[in-house]
Amino acid sequence: MLIRVENLSHTYIPGTPLARAALRDISLEIAPGERVGLAGRTGSGKSTLVQHIAGLLIPAAGRVLLDGIPAHARTARARAARLRIGLAFQHPEDQIFEQTVFREIAFGPRNLGLDKAEIAARVEWAINMVGLPSAMASRSPFTLSGGETRRVALASILAMRPQVLILDEPTAGLDPGGRRELIAHLRDWQCKTGSTLLMVSHSPDELACIVERVIVLDDGQLAADGRASDVLSNVALMSAAGLDVPQSVRLLCALRRSGWAVRTNLLLPEEALDEIIRARREAA
Amino acid sequence: MSAFIKIEGLEHSYPLDGGERIAALRGIDLTIERGEWVAIVGANGSGKTTLARHMNGLLLPTAGRVWVDGLLTSEPRDLWAVRQRVGMVFQNPDNQIVASTVEEDVAFGPENAALPSDEIKRRVDDALATVGLTEHRTRPPQMLSGGQRQLLAIAGVLAARPACLIFDEPASMLDPAHRYQVMDTIRRLNDEGLTIVLITQAMEEATAVRRILVMREGRIVMDDSPARVFQQGDQLREWGLDLPVAVEIARGLRRRGWRLPPDLATVEQLARALC
Repeated sequence: MLIRVENLSHTYIPGTPLARAALRDISLEIAPGERVGLAGRTGSGKSTLVQHIAGLLIPAAGRVLLDGIPAHARTARARAARLRIGLAFQHPEDQIFEQTVFREIAFGPRNLGLDKAEIAARVEWAINMVGLPSAMASRSPFTLSGGETRRVALASILAMRPQVLILDEPTAGLDPGGRRELIAHLRDWQCKTGSTLLMVSHSPDELACIVERVIVLDDGQLAADGRASDVLSNVALMSAAGLDVPQSVRLLCALRRSGWAVRTNLLLPEEALDEIIRARREAA
Repeated sequence: MSAFIKIEGLEHSYPLDGGERIAALRGIDLTIERGEWVAIVGANGSGKTTLARHMNGLLLPTAGRVWVDGLLTSEPRDLWAVRQRVGMVFQNPDNQIVASTVEEDVAFGPENAALPSDEIKRRVDDALATVGLTEHRTRPPQMLSGGQRQLLAIAGVLAARPACLIFDEPASMLDPAHRYQVMDTIRRLNDEGLTIVLITQAMEEATAVRRILVMREGRIVMDDSPARVFQQGDQLREWGLDLPVAVEIARGLRRRGWRLPPDLATVEQLARALC
């Protein structure tokens, strides 16, 4: 699915003293199969933007097109387009309500009117996709750990077979082990399905592990949009937008300031390690 | 130094539906000195939050005892005094925001303590300035972003002027600017003599403290300085934790025969050691 955002603006409670412009004249395009990170300080408009892309809000100006169809329109085609987008809010496990993991994940597919065999197949596929054992299907979601519940919530979205998956801070509240696993499963899912991934995150280190392109919002405006290695390593840009650079970049920048001949646009610890070793070898 | 929180043989179990009980804490012995700043780390479900809730009497021991400033939490007459001494900032700010504007929310605690109105005003002003929400004071809390609401929750607790603050992953939902603001605020409060207990998943945050407690399956399995805790990298990973990136890179360099000081925890320390 091709996502086009054209001159999009949004104002909360317009026409009152509390009116606040959350998005100002945003234009961007996300091609099918892209892995995109969306970053920005709290209140920068990230959640508002993803809700527009999912067709949950009506633009004050401009529009969002999903394969050419206005995202918020009340037409059958727009509804069909919205169904191809999966959106996980922060703490998606808060929305879990069924008695078993199976029923929870089957809820969406069942509402699509799929037959029993197809529903069962999708549940099985989704459970495996997030790395949970199939035997967990019969358990109550309320007896699982935090990381497991988060993955059940994610599986219930994946079972809808979205062409676009939008995740708002998917690892918030998970321990580092849970984060590593969730990110690995998301990468695996994206690789196998070729779907579009749009991930909101505060953590540049986490974005560096999974996305290839990063969009930065600041005060409702587009502050940057480019390759992850360019945007996330741009210290001036990131700090002006109230964000950190990955820790590897911080280290490489500090070394460079002290005269080391290292590149600073390497986002992952392994890459930084190799670069430091290479620079030392070449200096010797 | 004197003990502010003292815990002996603490056990806690939660009842399950079938009448069974699940053990969340399995024998905790711990002393936290007055004015200390301690970080508690551990995987989800390791018992961090349960332990923290014993430190202000939100939970009472299944077995063992907890003293706060010499007061036993299981003594009903002292429970109120315990809770006045220890303030708690939870993961999710929406659980502790009660009023319809920012300043009224911060004033809620002091008003209930029946303080004079100029004192209430002073405390509200201080607390809002500390967390950087002064310009939002007349806005309704639901109009703030998630990060701003967490700052508001902290302001509400600060206004009660407790002797000890327990932060349960206060920064997990915050962006860097607000996270530094919160961490700076915590450091300043600690400098002013407040005892701080910081529960966190972010190992980078734990580098700020002198003492880290690592929890696993209801027990404290390490109680040491950050540098020494981080030397147990493989163990930490097995327990669902991580190393700070700088420690990770330093390990990689050491494995290739580089000589580096043993106590590197932050990017800045590693950069200095390499230059």
